[in-house]
Amino acid sequence: MADYLNLQGWLLALLQTALFVTAAPLLVGWLRLLKARLQNRRAPALTQPYRDLSKLFRKEVIVADTASPLFRAAPYIVFSATVVTAAVIPLIAVHLPTAAIADVIVLVGFLALARFFLALAGLDVGTAFGGMGSSREMTIASLGEPAMLMAIFTLTMTAQSTNLSHAIDFLLAQGLVLRPSFMFALLALLLVAVAETGRIPVDNPTTHLELTMVHEAMILEYSGRHLALMEWAAQLKLMIYGVLIANIFFPWGIAAELTPTALLLGLAVIVLKLMLLCAVLAVAETALAKMRLFRVPGFLNLAFLFALLGMLSHVILEVGA
Amino acid sequence: MSHFDWLSELLARYQDEHILVRRGSATALAPAHLLELDPEDWGRAAQVAAGYACRWAGVWAEPRNEDFVITAALAREGDHLLLRTRVPLSAPLLPSHTPYFPGADRMERHAQDMCGLVFSDHPDPRRWSRHNRWAPDSYPLRKDFAVDSAPLPAEPETDYAYIQTQGAGAYEIPVGPVHAGIIEPGHFRFQAVGETVLNLEQRLGYVHKGIEKIAEGRDAAGLAKLAGRISGDSTVHHAWAACMAMERAARLTPPPRAQALRAVLAERERIANHLGDIGAICNDVAFAFAFQQFGRLRELWLRDNAACSGHRLLMDCVIPGGVAADPTPEQIARLRGAVDPLRRELAELYPILDDHPSLEDRLATTGILAPEIAQRLGTVGYVGKASGQDIDLRRDHPYAPYDRLHVTSPLFTTGDVEARLKVRVQEILDALDLLVTLLDTLPGGPVNVPWQAPAGGGEGLGLVEGWRGEILSYVRFGGDGRVTRFFPRDPSWFSWPALEQLIHGNIVPDFPVCNKSVNGSYSGHDL
Repeated sequence: MADYLNLQGWLLALLQTALFVTAAPLLVGWLRLLKARLQNRRAPALTQPYRDLSKLFRKEVIVADTASPLFRAAPYIVFSATVVTAAVIPLIAVHLPTAAIADVIVLVGFLALARFFLALAGLDVGTAFGGMGSSREMTIASLGEPAMLMAIFTLTMTAQSTNLSHAIDFLLAQGLVLRPSFMFALLALLLVAVAETGRIPVDNPTTHLELTMVHEAMILEYSGRHLALMEWAAQLKLMIYGVLIANIFFPWGIAAELTPTALLLGLAVIVLKLMLLCAVLAVAETALAKMRLFRVPGFLNLAFLFALLGMLSHVILEVGA
Repeated sequence: MSHFDWLSELLARYQDEHILVRRGSATALAPAHLLELDPEDWGRAAQVAAGYACRWAGVWAEPRNEDFVITAALAREGDHLLLRTRVPLSAPLLPSHTPYFPGADRMERHAQDMCGLVFSDHPDPRRWSRHNRWAPDSYPLRKDFAVDSAPLPAEPETDYAYIQTQGAGAYEIPVGPVHAGIIEPGHFRFQAVGETVLNLEQRLGYVHKGIEKIAEGRDAAGLAKLAGRISGDSTVHHAWAACMAMERAARLTPPPRAQALRAVLAERERIANHLGDIGAICNDVAFAFAFQQFGRLRELWLRDNAACSGHRLLMDCVIPGGVAADPTPEQIARLRGAVDPLRRELAELYPILDDHPSLEDRLATTGILAPEIAQRLGTVGYVGKASGQDIDLRRDHPYAPYDRLHVTSPLFTTGDVEARLKVRVQEILDALDLLVTLLDTLPGGPVNVPWQAPAGGGEGLGLVEGWRGEILSYVRFGGDGRVTRFFPRDPSWFSWPALEQLIHGNIVPDFPVCNKSVNGSYSGHDL
């Protein structure tokens, strides 16, 4: 465990986290570009999400009279919790010291913490829309979280570690082995990711219709830098799920040692993987309409079913094999 | 089928009920028949008409000398019957039609608010158009109300008695009047349990512009301009209805070329709005592809409008006596040339929508308006046609130039969002056929005749099948040739209450798509 104490490792970990946080808006820009092209329209610049954020940071903050201190604190809590989550996930290299801070269960916990404060903030001002959004978000979360945990357990049972770095290491060492349990877990995680990041067909991030919103309804009352932090956290969350899926299920290319070539290769590979994942998401979002709200539980139950099947197939087919 | 062959049966029923028809006229407000009744018989006349499957189509009041003259419109099989009565200004009391025709509710309350009429047995006498911020005894349509009188400072109306719901888990969602999108203002109050809507109550009137009041004293050209601004998306149809009413009052017939050109403009307006609506319905269920594509088609269509009329929405093209400008042969060729590309694009695009399971899942069985409710409310246009109400003035009581055209009209009975979308698609295709015929057989000659105000005053009724449905427009001229009363009845008066009904039992997040599929006009309804 000596490498967890060296300075270079920590520096790299910090750099990786900074990269994670700064690249998240770019990912959203890329996704919007793809969606615009698929809808036959001209896309805004790739950097548009950055411009939006910087505009919001410079704008005045307006807070409702009925808001409690929690309302002001929530954006910082949500953003920091999401950044800490991002710090734990191997982006371009494994074995960074941050990986020792937390395992996947804590990671899910961080996300839940962010969501908890997000939902509280939605309720805080007392508008009907915020409450509606919080209620819907918690309904979705209560169904999504078990499915996500189950999918992750399947993975950790194979790798026999709940630490992401170790799990990825194990998978890299194994080489390309086709595991039915992983296929199911991947499907489950994809469905959960769509629901958790508020994408079509569960939620529509671009809608202006308050009555249909989930995530957007909770942050309707925010403005200025508060809104910027909330939006940035949401963009980070999308990237977190993207990197999780890319690096757990397709870990090849990630830097296993901390040499410049390996790191550069790791960077190039993760960029490529995320671009591809976004392309899949963009096609799905273009081809699908949003589903009725009361169908979302069915959608997440399917995710849970996939995760459960993954675990069963692991126990039945893979243990001892 | 000849017109008004049902009238004798209704008159016989009136006689059985001892409802005295003081006077009848088939010419005063042709093509409608006019019956003058005693105020005591006003309610029972509606009751009998309701029992005889008549559709209620509007009511308006006008202070004349020492009396209020109240006129109500009924319709059956495409013919319109007007009932008229008088009550003294000093005791403006009249039975209500609302107990027999629920669709009369808001328009009677509008007459109550604007004129100070009292409907004695109206089930819901709360104010409607004249929000509570207005002084209790100011009635804008009375002659002693100055049009330039200073309004009270605008403050939120907090004392309107909304319907309340009580019980475990029941909660209220207030939406609006200011909405997130670029749409007009209107307040919606939902009572919901979980996500299920128990009740929706609308509060409109936020875009009350005083159209009826500012119409007073205008000349014909001024009224046509005003009518074109009742609802921006129906500028052609409202202007046409107003001009038709004025021309009938003045016994003036526009030349054939003008009539054909009016229909060209009207069908173009219908197509543009339906294209926009189809895209918007899909966008409300997050199917952005259709929104972009139909938005593109609408944009191209509007550019053709701009190139051929000078205005993207065709404002001020219809004038009393005809149309404002005669298009050049190149412009007509451009309009004709736009038809086939749109047809081709629709033939490609519509199957994508039609075959899309995730879209169908959202649109089918959502927001069902049962045909019985549609019939009781008197719903017209695409909302009616999707719920079994086979009403289309262009076909049932054709006015020029539709009298020489073959007009077909789609009909569905499922009454859901999908049906309302399908009606629009079919109406676009039908309108394109009409456009081809109109443009290929465009008569020559002048495009307008000089306007001549009716000497000694006069009244007229305009009836037009707008893109939202039947528009009824009443105009009365005074002896000086200026307008003394103008009442345009937009079909939204009936589609807004239909929305209140069809949302029952749906879930809250499905409201936007239901609303978009009905797409009532706030402005046309608030006047």
